[in-house]
Amino acid sequence: MTFRVNGNAFDEQPAPGQCLRTFLRQLGHFGVKKGCDAGDCGACTVYVDGEPVHSCLVPAFRAEGHEVTTIEGLAKGNALHPMQQAFLDAQGYQCGFCTAGMIMTAAALNQEQKADLGRALKGNLCRCTGYRAIEDAIAGRCDAAKPEAGRGVGHNVPAPAGPDVVTGHARFTLDVAIDGLHHIKLVRSPHAHARIKGFDKSAALGVSDVVAVLTHEDAPKTLYSSARHETRETDPDDTRVLDEVVRFIGQRVAAVVATSEAAAEEGCGKLVVDYDVLPAVFDPEEAMRPGAPLLHDKGPEARIAEARRNIVAELHGATGDVEQGFAEADVVHEGAYFVPRVQHAHLETLCAIGWIDDNGRLNVRSSTQVPFLTRLELAHVFGLPRDKVRVFCERVGGGFGAKQEMLTEDIAALAALKTGRPVKLEFTREEQFTGATTRHPMKVRVKVGAKRDGTLTAIEMHVVSNTGAYGNHGLPVLGHACSESISVYRCANKKVDGYAAYTNTVPAGAFRGYGLPQTGFAVESAMDEIARMIGMDAIEFRRRNVVRKGDPMIGLEQSPDDVIYGSYGLDQCLDMAQAAMLRGDGDEPPPGWAVGEGYALTMIDTVPPGGHYSDTAIRLDTDGGYGLTIGTAEFGNGTSTVHRQIAASVLNARPTSINVRQSDTDHGGHDTGAYGSTGTVIAGRATQFAAQALHDTLLDFAAKHAGVESKLCKLADGAVECDGKSMPLAELVKAAQAQGVELRAHGTTNGTPRSVAFNVQGFRVAVNTVSGEVKILKSVQAADAGTVINPMQCRAQIEGGVAQALGAALFEEVVINDEGRVTNPSFRHYRIPAFADVPHTEVLFARTSDELGPFGAKSMSESPYNPVAAALANAIRDATGVRFYRLPLKPDRIHAGLKAAAN
Amino acid sequence: MDLNTIAEIVRPTERREIPAWRAGDAFLAGGTWLFSEPQNRLTRLIDLSTLGRPPLRATDAGLEIAATCTITQLENMSMPALWPVKPLIEQCCNAFLASFKIKNVATVGGNIVMSLPAGPMISLCVALGGELIIWTPDGGTRRALVIGFITGNNRNTLGPGEIVDTIHLPAAALTRRTAFRQISLTNFGRSGALIIGTLDAAGAFALTVTASTPKPYQFRFDALPGADELTARIDGEVAGKWFGDIHGLPAWRRDMTLHFAREIVAELGGGAR
Repeated sequence: MTFRVNGNAFDEQPAPGQCLRTFLRQLGHFGVKKGCDAGDCGACTVYVDGEPVHSCLVPAFRAEGHEVTTIEGLAKGNALHPMQQAFLDAQGYQCGFCTAGMIMTAAALNQEQKADLGRALKGNLCRCTGYRAIEDAIAGRCDAAKPEAGRGVGHNVPAPAGPDVVTGHARFTLDVAIDGLHHIKLVRSPHAHARIKGFDKSAALGVSDVVAVLTHEDAPKTLYSSARHETRETDPDDTRVLDEVVRFIGQRVAAVVATSEAAAEEGCGKLVVDYDVLPAVFDPEEAMRPGAPLLHDKGPEARIAEARRNIVAELHGATGDVEQGFAEADVVHEGAYFVPRVQHAHLETLCAIGWIDDNGRLNVRSSTQVPFLTRLELAHVFGLPRDKVRVFCERVGGGFGAKQEMLTEDIAALAALKTGRPVKLEFTREEQFTGATTRHPMKVRVKVGAKRDGTLTAIEMHVVSNTGAYGNHGLPVLGHACSESISVYRCANKKVDGYAAYTNTVPAGAFRGYGLPQTGFAVESAMDEIARMIGMDAIEFRRRNVVRKGDPMIGLEQSPDDVIYGSYGLDQCLDMAQAAMLRGDGDEPPPGWAVGEGYALTMIDTVPPGGHYSDTAIRLDTDGGYGLTIGTAEFGNGTSTVHRQIAASVLNARPTSINVRQSDTDHGGHDTGAYGSTGTVIAGRATQFAAQALHDTLLDFAAKHAGVESKLCKLADGAVECDGKSMPLAELVKAAQAQGVELRAHGTTNGTPRSVAFNVQGFRVAVNTVSGEVKILKSVQAADAGTVINPMQCRAQIEGGVAQALGAALFEEVVINDEGRVTNPSFRHYRIPAFADVPHTEVLFARTSDELGPFGAKSMSESPYNPVAAALANAIRDATGVRFYRLPLKPDRIHAGLKAAAN
Repeated sequence: MDLNTIAEIVRPTERREIPAWRAGDAFLAGGTWLFSEPQNRLTRLIDLSTLGRPPLRATDAGLEIAATCTITQLENMSMPALWPVKPLIEQCCNAFLASFKIKNVATVGGNIVMSLPAGPMISLCVALGGELIIWTPDGGTRRALVIGFITGNNRNTLGPGEIVDTIHLPAAALTRRTAFRQISLTNFGRSGALIIGTLDAAGAFALTVTASTPKPYQFRFDALPGADELTARIDGEVAGKWFGDIHGLPAWRRDMTLHFAREIVAELGGGAR
């Protein structure tokens, strides 16, 4: 059989049951991506004889005798296909992992399909953009600016990786061909709680091509946490690479290493594991009761708050006297709210490649937000010197917090160290749901009191967070959840109690918003109810009660000293959101549907607590361009663009002349990581410092070289002008080299002090009171991002946040049954928003400039997500008269709620 | 996804080349479900696409749809003018969760044999009195009405080694007036209720209930019923066995079914569609 791909003939033969997707990748077409491997996401779309298909569903043998086209074959020579150019012009991507499939699909649409994109694109999922930028691309709109010298900050500079993304050449984690690559498959626990009595490895090792079967007997005894933080003591040491006790269905039990994925899979099926099944507990409140099965029999060295009660973390805070406050209140609302498990659903599943290099160093190429912290922990767990471990990533296909964990690198390291071979571990989409992490489900009881004049008198909040089987992020997520959600309100009397409990379920972890979306749903719903009870407009009520610049921010505790009002735009956000809603534009409601409006706000610290570090190195290269080395990772957050812009502004250069290298521990320095929305405010600040230092160095050298005063010198496009004479930068480098001078500089930041950012979301919705369907007529988000470094990108980030949050508000839920098993581990049953599910959101920016962030910028990656669910629930409440206390707000649940209220 | 346990592919070009069925065999039609989930027990795939069955044949007796006819082929077929059911066919072909790219490959027979409550080809074929022509392993054939063929969620009467070859839609059914209602929890999502009403020239009415129940139900009336009569018949026969999963709670599916049933009667009672 001969196969033709992009006009080339291949004689390789696929395995009988192989799908076209993996066969095409085997032949070197790495632009064909795996998002789901089940025909739901479209990332693997290719053409067979010109017809678009999901290549993961096409048996490879059926492609014989047909012409296959992948994204790599879409361009004609160097001329991009018009749809590729359109995606560049509109920047119709963020992480870029879905982009090849999106472009292949969009390029195949006829006019009729383009007029109904909701239907035409229902088989293409994008988790980052919220689809507006994709719609712009298909409509041929151009949002990106042309590169010009000095036009950095404040301009719509396109992402540097764009041309590679749209052609399928951008290298994501597994887009590399490595000779002799071995494959790892994991045996996962079928029991929610069990002790492993033993293994019979003989049949598994008997599978030809199986190289090793690794179990807890092979794994280091060192305990750690999969969560990565600057300070490793933030999280409990409760996890082993492979443990003899399994604590949730899906926990890894063994790793089978083989020369093919098929053999590794067969080996997994043949490993015999003898389990002693233990009692399990699935509800966090039950888990804290006396007599509940205990998950972690560990001492104080593990830093578990109260292991005897399954409590990983417990927090209490109070100010004033809430009983007194409720006594003074004219109205009191009390509600028990619940926010379930959701999954990040980044399109690139967790994956890593590990190998030992010629110098005996462990190398891990990973899909991570935190290469530097992962390097440190791998060194700790495996007892290696730090310089014997390298961790790096190239392009990462989405993160949303999920990749602030070490969930694949440790296994890849173990397998590479034990076998000496290069090894690959790639999660399936199902494993993303059963064996990775989710958001922390939370039960939030809120009680709020107010006087008729609109004064808040008391806020009381009781939070129970379900951290799952391991305590990664349990404490800091709880802390965050209990802080800004209430510290944004001025109120004399507050009390908050928070618990995070272990249960025998898939672990929760870091997730966009980091606890605030959960408590925000409760608090902002409660504020809406209180405003209704006193008959006050919801925005007006908030205007009266939110903190203003200078007010203490009191949540769990008196605001830590290092959080300041570097700028304050919440007042503007409230005004802008309300004004946009009052305009009355948006879609018309279908006849007979009930219409309502709702708002919610959130505040967020711009940086995580406890220090967040970043180093930037910059130098003038021999070609006269700038080499910028940063530690922070790019996973669709757009920070690579921002760093270019910052450097371009400082150096009066074209953004395209700034060449970014990033996220590799071998580059030196330290970077805490791309989490907590720090890629711009922390890493960007380091880049600003570095660029400024280089700017000064260049002018000093040029002045000396030209024999003039440095104040008479300035940087221009590709040159330095000294007293009217221009010298190209490439010549300046040569001159410096001749004198043995290096034209380089360094910048660093430590993440303190910190500022606050704000978001206000408004919705107008129509609700079909018969079916429970919700249609969003108008969506607006006002954001206080400080100086907006890239308006196009920041708008898209907000749109993407709203879209992801709408998924959680409307239909996303990881369902766990009474045995502790995830029952919907696929995109077919865990729906994430598709094109048709996401309305346009009007994005408005407050005019503020922060005294801490680079050029006055603030963080704006997580926070757009945070107010969405509450605003939607408030709008549905307004439309129907019924308060919903539990997410998601699916039609069947709304229908049930409306019926219950009617009876 | 890769089905790594598959060791052999058989590609018969006519019926007699189909090998004797053995454990570990699966018949491969579009492959859109087969390749979407792990199939660890399968060792051999028998490809039905190479049989080269003509996808669609309109005759005086009705419409013959090959099981291997793709959804797109059915959706795009040109119909004799005497058959006013074309809109219903399009509505059902549009009631897939799957994208158009999958409909390019997925087959009508595959959807029926999958026997999911939300299978829209089941809805269509039940509403139009569809009958299956099934090849039996002994070389014979048997016929089965689609409505009886599906016995529950993901369950049907197909035996080991049996292959659905053709779906026959009788000509009389193709002349009926139809009304269609469908709802999903999400836009273009999996159906939570898919209800079809048909009215023949003599005034006889049939209501086909799918997606909201584990298996299809059909309620026949000599004339359009009143709302109470209709509700009583549906509730009486389904008897609480409404389907429930992540794509819709049972109570919601019931209420949507009854609501749509009443709307359909009103629509078909109102003269021209």
